[in-house]
Amino acid sequence: MEGAVLPETASVPWRPRVDALRLRRAGRLWTLTTVAHVVPFVLAGAVLLWLEPLAAPVSLLCLAHAWVIPELYASRGAGVMRPRGPGEERSERAAAGLLGDLVGHAARDLHARTGVVVEPGRLGAWVVGEAGALLVRPGGRRVDCWCVRVDDPDLPAGDRIAHLLLALRTDEEGFATVANLAFSGARWRVRRRLARRMRPALDAAARPEPTSGPARAA
Amino acid sequence: MARLIRMDRTGHSTVAEWRADDPAAVEAAVEAFRRELDRGYLAMVTTGPGRAEHVRELPVDADTVILRKPISGG
Repeated sequence: MEGAVLPETASVPWRPRVDALRLRRAGRLWTLTTVAHVVPFVLAGAVLLWLEPLAAPVSLLCLAHAWVIPELYASRGAGVMRPRGPGEERSERAAAGLLGDLVGHAARDLHARTGVVVEPGRLGAWVVGEAGALLVRPGGRRVDCWCVRVDDPDLPAGDRIAHLLLALRTDEEGFATVANLAFSGARWRVRRRLARRMRPALDAAARPEPTSGPARAA
Repeated sequence: MARLIRMDRTGHSTVAEWRADDPAAVEAAVEAFRRELDRGYLAMVTTGPGRAEHVRELPVDADTVILRKPISGG
């Protein structure tokens, strides 16, 4: 048996290995970026209105900018969970069966309802989709959105998820190293942009009790 | 009966089946395993609830070995 290092990390040697500390730093950077986008526009809108009430339309445009830009970022984050569309029914059934064998009863039921799998890890609880994953940090308030996929468009949806799940289970930090971080921010910001069907999975991941798999470490 | 499974467009295919006490079946499974690795597949075995491991040699005593393709950032 090999050590618990995801082989795909060899394809991104320039990336520092992701760990809880790096995740916290990345999260703070995302928060700072959001503040840097919002505050100037809000201030500009307020100052304009204070200087010249007739500039209210321009002031409103500034406020709209302050609202839209973070929304676009959150939308990009939730977009990693967009399903690629079902394949041939027989293949989908076979793939769902294999995926079902890999997860517990609760995760299997949740997958049937939401199309995604919740997998507890050491960094938090993961919501694994067909071409991306959400990491709900301990406490459930922050979500990191990761763009990661298997490069085979012909695979059924269940197999795409199983690929990511097996990689995640092999080496969680390596998985996060290989994946591209698309967004990090408050869970509610991602949730409202997520497909309605998938929201219960995100809610389940935010709950303290894991759905299946290993117990979370601190 | 242990199985070597490949995830593919059909959902999954059984590439080989063997029993640890059947040398001919083991040899055939090892050959099939190496062939799939040469095609770029990665082999995984489940080592417990929520845990998996990457293997480069066929673990003859495993129940199921799953072949998957590499993942990458999207």
